[in-house]
Amino acid sequence: MSESTVDPVEAIPFAVRDCALISLATGLKAQNLREFCDILQRVPLESIEHHLWGRLLQPRFDEPEYNNDFASWAYHGLHDKTLAERLSMVVPTDFADQEALRQELIEVLEERLDQCEMVPWAKKDQQFHFLRSQIVVFDSGLRFSRPVDLIPYLAHLSTGSVYYHFIDARNRTTDRCDDFSAWLAGCGPAYQPLRERLCGVDPYFSSLQNLRQIVTALFQSFFEEAAQ
Amino acid sequence: MSCTDTNGSLLLDRYAEVTGREVIHHLQQLAAPLKGAKVVHVNSTREGGGVAEILQKLIPLKRALGIDASWEVIQGSPMFYECTKGFHNGLQGMGSPIPKQLLAEYEKVNAENAEGLRSTLEEADFVVIHDPQPAPLLSHCPERRGRWLWRCHIDASHPYRPVWKYLRQWVIPYDASIFSIPQFAQPLPHPQYIVAPSIDPLSEKNRDLPLDELQGVRERFKLDPDLPMMLQVSRYDRFKDPLGVVQACQLAGKLTPLQLVLAGGGASDDPEGEAVLEEVRQAAAGDSRIQVLLLPADAHHTINALQRTADIVLQKSIREGFGLTVAEAMWKGKPVIGGDTGGIRLQVFDHYTGFLVRTPEGAALRIRYLLHRRELLKEMGRRAQRFVGENFLITRHLREYLTMLLGLQSGTQGRMELGL
Repeated sequence: MSESTVDPVEAIPFAVRDCALISLATGLKAQNLREFCDILQRVPLESIEHHLWGRLLQPRFDEPEYNNDFASWAYHGLHDKTLAERLSMVVPTDFADQEALRQELIEVLEERLDQCEMVPWAKKDQQFHFLRSQIVVFDSGLRFSRPVDLIPYLAHLSTGSVYYHFIDARNRTTDRCDDFSAWLAGCGPAYQPLRERLCGVDPYFSSLQNLRQIVTALFQSFFEEAAQ
Repeated sequence: MSCTDTNGSLLLDRYAEVTGREVIHHLQQLAAPLKGAKVVHVNSTREGGGVAEILQKLIPLKRALGIDASWEVIQGSPMFYECTKGFHNGLQGMGSPIPKQLLAEYEKVNAENAEGLRSTLEEADFVVIHDPQPAPLLSHCPERRGRWLWRCHIDASHPYRPVWKYLRQWVIPYDASIFSIPQFAQPLPHPQYIVAPSIDPLSEKNRDLPLDELQGVRERFKLDPDLPMMLQVSRYDRFKDPLGVVQACQLAGKLTPLQLVLAGGGASDDPEGEAVLEEVRQAAAGDSRIQVLLLPADAHHTINALQRTADIVLQKSIREGFGLTVAEAMWKGKPVIGGDTGGIRLQVFDHYTGFLVRTPEGAALRIRYLLHRRELLKEMGRRAQRFVGENFLITRHLREYLTMLLGLQSGTQGRMELGL
């Protein structure tokens, strides 16, 4: 592998960062699909991000039927399975920015409103409460020059680090990928198979603990195969 | 290293054994910018109820992380507690007008308590006022220099409006408020944080117990080893619906033999408890399979053993701020049949970690269902334990508090990057 890897001295070390998140109420809530659509047009973008991604750092059950809060409410609150399925397949990384993502979500909602004879309503105690989150990012101080050095540490990453490097990264990296993949791209072509495996992980249906296990296993198996 | 540092370090080591070292390391890094900050919590009871339990654990942990945390308790009169019980009921939507003389007593008690607490509170960097009882303290601290937060532990989703209208005047001047779930938040002119409560895995109520101690509890309460045991642990409060639990178990018991233990204590700030207890005793009278226990506030070990002995735990509340007993039971690997309300919904996922029910009949149905599917009962218990371990331990609670304090300290509400 050595001939196709970048000299560790030349590669930029992987800086392990960590983060913590707290939810805040926006005071906006929807009782029916029309209200939901109207509020989505004016809600802060951080709120959309919270309901698509930030929920991963919040108390949640990790066997969800739907992979974002909007889809989950469409099903459990409005009992509209069609809408829930469509909202589930709006993938945030498909859009250039969050404003474009908002417009796509509104498109899906407007289309559904056009199809409905009556506006779907939720019960009194099943309103959708729009939240936003405050995120604090900090440096763990850890640096890794070689991908192999990460292996013993990965299993002990905090869930905040997993969120920052595997989820939050998709809003920061050029390729809309996780930080590990972005870093490996600069470490030489030998790591391309590992990059591809990491990019193939669907982060929507896993808890952060589970994602940590998956990433650790991918690194371990890659280097075990390389050693053989 | 001082004795306090050593004790704090040992405390953190004990938590690391349960949560993993990375969780503690994460907290230490998050707490570093808050080192030395004075944080004062104020509530109205040192013992009894979930708030006191959380504070008993949260304060030493904050101190172990280098934060100068302390806990003050206000003293009240019987009229004061009658008034605040009215607030509690009112915030949970079952209110009636509160007489002016009780409101006057409420304000007087707060003014009196402020005399003794003023210097501590005005010097603090952060003051966290828990629930309505001490809410007016802020108005008596004009020289305050820190940030003040009002922490509402109550299900205030559909408050009795006159009560909320009265209380709101005391809450509005706070810098922020904290609610357990989004549904409880009320329109207020300041940031409203959402922080779910938590349980302490190392407390007497939640630590592992050897089997012989469980056997001891079975013998002490003469539990029938051949009958499955249902349990509800909660104060004798109408919102916890102990009568509904008795009815549910009597309904289920007609078809599936079982026994029920209702275990509760009183909180010093709850004057209605005795009347409800008497009603429950009457409902259970003559049924040898139902035991109604009035336990002292410090019976944590007994409650722990009862929860571990139970087959199914109920928390059939009609209103519930959070329901710490739900998380406690789940942590012990028990499925929970809970009322479909408030914070219970955040913990019990229908058909995964238990069942959400709306009626005694619903609870009876799910009791029968689980007792006839023992493997599913065990699987739900395992899921429940993992879920609480990942989401409702005190370390998660502390992480959110620290994040919130950092946000308030910096004055920003968006993304914060520390030292990058």
